[in-house]
Amino acid sequence: MTITINGKNKTTQDTSTVATLLASLQLAPETVVIELNTKIILPDTYQSTTLSEGDQVEIIRFVGGG
Amino acid sequence: MLTIAKTEFKSRLFLGTGKFSSSSVMAKAITASHCQMVTVALRRVNLDNPDDDIMKALSVREYTFLPNTSGARNAQEAIRLAHLARAASGSSWLKLEVTPDPRTLLPDPVETLLATEKLVKDGFIVLPYMNADPILALKLQDAGAAAVMPLGSPIGTNQGVLSDSMVEIIIEQARVPVVVDAGIGAPSHAAYAMEMGADAVLVNTAIAVAGDPVAMAEAFAKAVEAGRTAFTSGLGQRRKHASPSSPEEGQLSSDLAFLD
Repeated sequence: MTITINGKNKTTQDTSTVATLLASLQLAPETVVIELNTKIILPDTYQSTTLSEGDQVEIIRFVGGG
Repeated sequence: MLTIAKTEFKSRLFLGTGKFSSSSVMAKAITASHCQMVTVALRRVNLDNPDDDIMKALSVREYTFLPNTSGARNAQEAIRLAHLARAASGSSWLKLEVTPDPRTLLPDPVETLLATEKLVKDGFIVLPYMNADPILALKLQDAGAAAVMPLGSPIGTNQGVLSDSMVEIIIEQARVPVVVDAGIGAPSHAAYAMEMGADAVLVNTAIAVAGDPVAMAEAFAKAVEAGRTAFTSGLGQRRKHASPSSPEEGQLSSDLAFLD
């Protein structure tokens, strides 16, 4: 299936969850915050949150700023 | 001691973490500044460089993190970023920034007030970045802002406190701490803001892009302390005409007799 991550289309396995997506992107879960279709997903539900075709995923983290 | 939202700060210098050449220079500059509050921004992760994580360089326990909503162009976007920031940091501290025009980066007063009202209701500790408008400062304070952050001059311009006469009125009227933010380009600017009675200053660009950011951070720390001490010591009044520093009594006569 195809989902959109940070504005770019990406093909993932049909059984993907937020947790498996982060693992495939080599992102440590504690360093990011996730929005799925504009709703914030809390870390304790990463494993149980499955992704569907057309989902919009935003993966955000802190960067330097004033 | 400075208190914002029941949290005490020994240092009245807040540091922004943007524009540093590396995370290690940033961390050293923060240490040299003795600051206890640092701002950070939220951005999309660069999926081509997933290891690039600023928080590795910062000790979360040592500082109060003040995530900003930079990039937000209206209240709605700022509120969305605020909730992401709280989810990421686990804390409710927030520097609210709403800047619709990327050329000036000046804060939108209407959207900033709307977002402050909403975010205070949502339980955030809101420190709004604002133009140096005394009436707006009162409205933000009434809306529940934990502090107000009037600009000295536009972000990143190093022009100093061009808004000084308005900042003075804001300080005079405020019941919440006043943090002068943006445009502070030299330690003298920071000292000037503190001499006026600002409760703190937030500095980023001037330190981050200095030839030696670590030494510059130290210079700012000294300036902020000097300005604060000058304020609490009571500055002399500015006057138009001269007033001699040396006693007028017992002066030699204008007629220098011994030269005869």
